[in-house]
Amino acid sequence: MSATPSRVLIVEDEESILLSLEFLLGKEGYTVNTARDGALALRELQTQPPDLVLLDVMLPLIDGFELCRLIRENPELHATRIMLLTARGREAEIARGMALGADAYLTKPFSTRDLMDKVRGLLSGNGTRQPAS
Amino acid sequence: MLSGALIVVLSFAYVGMLFAIAYYGDKRADAGRSIIANPYIYTLSLAVYCTSWTFYGSVGRAATSGIGFLPIYLGPTLMAALWWYVLLKMIRISKANRITSIADFIASRYGKSHVLGGLVTIIAVLGIVPYIALQLKAISVSFSTMLQYPNAVASTASLPFLQDNTFYIAMLLAAFTILFGTRHLDATERHEGLVAAIAFESIVKLVAFIAVGVFVTYGMFDGFGDVFAKAAAVPELNALLIQGGAAGNYTTWASLTVLSMLAIILLPRQFQVAVVENVNERHLNKAIWLFPLYLFAINIFVLPIALGGLMHFPAGSVDADTFVLTLPMSEQKTWLALLAFVGGLSAATGMVIVETIALSTMVCNDLVMPILLRWKFLRLTESRDLSGLLLGIRRSAIVVVLVLGYGYFYLAGEAYALVSIGLISFTAVAQFAPAMIGGLFWKGGTRLGALCGLSAGFLVWLYSLLLPSFAKSGWLPITFLTEGIMGFDLLKPQQLFGLDGLDDISHCLFWSMIVNVGCYVGFSLWRQPTAAEHSQANLFVDVFRHVAPGSGSRFWRGSATVADLQTLLSRFIGPERANEAFAAYARSQGIPGIEQVTANAVLVHYVESQIAGAIGSASARDMVASVVVEEPLALDEVMAIIDEASQALAYSRQLEQKSRELEAATNELRGANQRLQELDRLKDDFISTVTHELRTPLTSIRAFSEILSDNPQLESEQRSKFLGIITRESERLTRLINQVLDLAKLESGAADWHPSEVDMREVLDDAVAALSQIYKERHITLDTRVPEYLPLVMADRDRITQVMLNLLSNAANFCDKENSRVSVALIAEFAVLRVEITDNGIGISAADQTVIFEKFRQVSDMSSGKPRGSGLGLAISREIIQHFGGRLWVESTPGTGAKFSFTLPLPRNNANFLAA
Repeated sequence: MSATPSRVLIVEDEESILLSLEFLLGKEGYTVNTARDGALALRELQTQPPDLVLLDVMLPLIDGFELCRLIRENPELHATRIMLLTARGREAEIARGMALGADAYLTKPFSTRDLMDKVRGLLSGNGTRQPAS
Repeated sequence: MLSGALIVVLSFAYVGMLFAIAYYGDKRADAGRSIIANPYIYTLSLAVYCTSWTFYGSVGRAATSGIGFLPIYLGPTLMAALWWYVLLKMIRISKANRITSIADFIASRYGKSHVLGGLVTIIAVLGIVPYIALQLKAISVSFSTMLQYPNAVASTASLPFLQDNTFYIAMLLAAFTILFGTRHLDATERHEGLVAAIAFESIVKLVAFIAVGVFVTYGMFDGFGDVFAKAAAVPELNALLIQGGAAGNYTTWASLTVLSMLAIILLPRQFQVAVVENVNERHLNKAIWLFPLYLFAINIFVLPIALGGLMHFPAGSVDADTFVLTLPMSEQKTWLALLAFVGGLSAATGMVIVETIALSTMVCNDLVMPILLRWKFLRLTESRDLSGLLLGIRRSAIVVVLVLGYGYFYLAGEAYALVSIGLISFTAVAQFAPAMIGGLFWKGGTRLGALCGLSAGFLVWLYSLLLPSFAKSGWLPITFLTEGIMGFDLLKPQQLFGLDGLDDISHCLFWSMIVNVGCYVGFSLWRQPTAAEHSQANLFVDVFRHVAPGSGSRFWRGSATVADLQTLLSRFIGPERANEAFAAYARSQGIPGIEQVTANAVLVHYVESQIAGAIGSASARDMVASVVVEEPLALDEVMAIIDEASQALAYSRQLEQKSRELEAATNELRGANQRLQELDRLKDDFISTVTHELRTPLTSIRAFSEILSDNPQLESEQRSKFLGIITRESERLTRLINQVLDLAKLESGAADWHPSEVDMREVLDDAVAALSQIYKERHITLDTRVPEYLPLVMADRDRITQVMLNLLSNAANFCDKENSRVSVALIAEFAVLRVEITDNGIGISAADQTVIFEKFRQVSDMSSGKPRGSGLGLAISREIIQHFGGRLWVESTPGTGAKFSFTLPLPRNNANFLAA
């Protein structure tokens, strides 16, 4: 049974940040999908359930918190890990994100090494994706 | 055949029942559990207005004049609408001053005048005693009618009084009235048992009348429709149903309505039940609509009974006044006839009882006592205890009034003078109206005015109504009527000064009111009121403002001892009750015991009002004056007191004003605080947003810097792409910082402005040149529409260019990707120059049209990606335009594009048109 690379969904409306994240994760060997707003992300989640979602909080249409809640409500996505990326970095927002079921958070601007450490940490439990039975 | 004994027993049993109810009511009152303290009993007691004159007479009147009986009930119904003000004021005044009768009221209002009180009493007795006689007659007629059962023929034979049951009924009523009307001395202590009995009588007469009405309407006929239809078929009866026909002309209607409006508040018995016996002012609220409802109920069946009687009996064979009795009799309805008899009896007895009480109080307090107290040889003022004497006088007065009533009935019998006495009585009491109503609302009314008005009105009434009724009864030569006094045509009593064409009542009302009101107003204006009159006028007219008890004491100055006052009071109401009264006073003043009471103006006023309850306000004043060394107040002193009071009032208004201002200031502060908090919140939001906006480009810069540093082997193409991003994001960061600083400067007013005359065409050219590269790259067509002549505006050229650039680049950013078009127009209007920048992009929703001018509020468009820009451009542009007195706004229909417009004011002297 060959290991399939983990699938990561990046949800980010800022073009250049999205580009940098895509580069970093792609170089690490993950399968990367992207979405520029909450609605597109939802569609992406339904077609290809990812192992990890990198989620910007301030998103157009459906914001990161709402998306976080929707993911946690969906039993099919119970294995999906969520990392919030926030540019505000207020305690209250972080607490709210964790309460809604996020697994980790990162405040912008972030160190790329921190980011990758956290991503690897989150995916180590199931670094490879088990094919759906 | 009904036996006389049965009817007699029934009558006496009925009166016996009244005794029982009154006894029960009094016992309950003594136990502190009043059965009359509710608005329903109050309303029912007011219905003492409906006497046997209503019970029997309405039908009689309807039989001759159709709906002509109605004004007597329309008046009170109209008046009830004014009760909340007029009657409430009378009640309030009477309670504050312990007023016991209408004579006392008027005397008290005009400086506690003996003469006025006496005059009112005399008018009332003269006017009302015949009215009482009328009630006795009704009892007598109904009695003899019942004896004929089942023959419906009224007997008119009168019996020697010792065989006349009416006499015994009258004496029984006297006993009843004495027993329940003069238990205590203080007449302001209400007669609860008596009122309960009166209320019961009101129920009985209403039930009896409606029972007969239902029987006639539905038993003898087939409902209202049937009665009226059958009556309409008879020509004489049809005439009764048409207003203006037999019902009398409009003058009669108007004067009867006015008369009964006055009667409902001025008749002594109405004053007694409505004012003196009132337990709680608030009962008025319900009575205002309940009482008219009662009148309505008791009048519904008047016409059906009248018409039924006229159709049932051969014309003229039966007196229409007895239809209520004779209709059930002729149908052999024994019990219904007996019920009707009891109903009539209740209507008559109720009136007699209350009227007698009211009159006896007046006679005692306003006629007899003032005279007795003046007769020095009686040494009454030195007597130790007068309460027994007072009760004796009241009781005698009751007997005398009833004996007078019976005597009048016995002598007058069938005479005209008795038959028409109802309205004659009404007209007599109507003479109180100017003094009474004027006294309630006009401070200028004086004792002299009231005295002259009352006397003059009374004399006119005597001459044009009472004496003619005597003449018609044959007691005076009829030439008095036909030729006037001593042959003077102009003095014919019922065509005074040639006034012809009015009915007797309207005629008398017209002349008596003219002279009454004329004298009242004229003499009041002629002489200044005295100090005493002035102070009473203030107390009465401003009663709603003087709320504190004993407020009358402000107009008094003198000295007295407590012992003297207590002795004085016990002489009139007995030592025991005087003690109670002093104890009550001590409690009300918060003093532990009677011993600690000090003699001051409040106490003197209290004692005076207590005595007033027993002997009337005028005599009470004399009595108090006998033990008090009083310094009479001159008018100017009274005026000074009033001035002082009004100054105090003005001062308290100022205080009120100040406290309102303080409250306003507090509210302002609260508002300012809220605005500050709001500003603080906005500032927090702003910082948080700026942080976010700064972090975003920083994130990219750091990420790509680390990528470049960690991946030295990157292809040069990718490398330069990433470096390009770093550069762009750095520029974005710089721009953002500059704009934040710029906006801060603009908002704080610290910005440097360099105003000069600006030609907008040059501004537009500069902006277009600066953006031409972007427009070319994105294939956007730019149309400019510039007029040939354009005035210069006063503005900072660089700043306006900044606005133009911002709007043009926004337009480019939001433009439709395909077939993009932006057009710019410069338009000179009357007072402003307008710039319009229109794009054919996605447009802005109505909700977003205001939001976009706020800081960092961009409208993100999903399909075309996030718009570029800091989100500060429009906020800055608006600040700039507003600085120069212009406006910046947007109009847009989502889907078809947006039009941003701004204006700049043109100079006043608008001559600087430039040639293109």
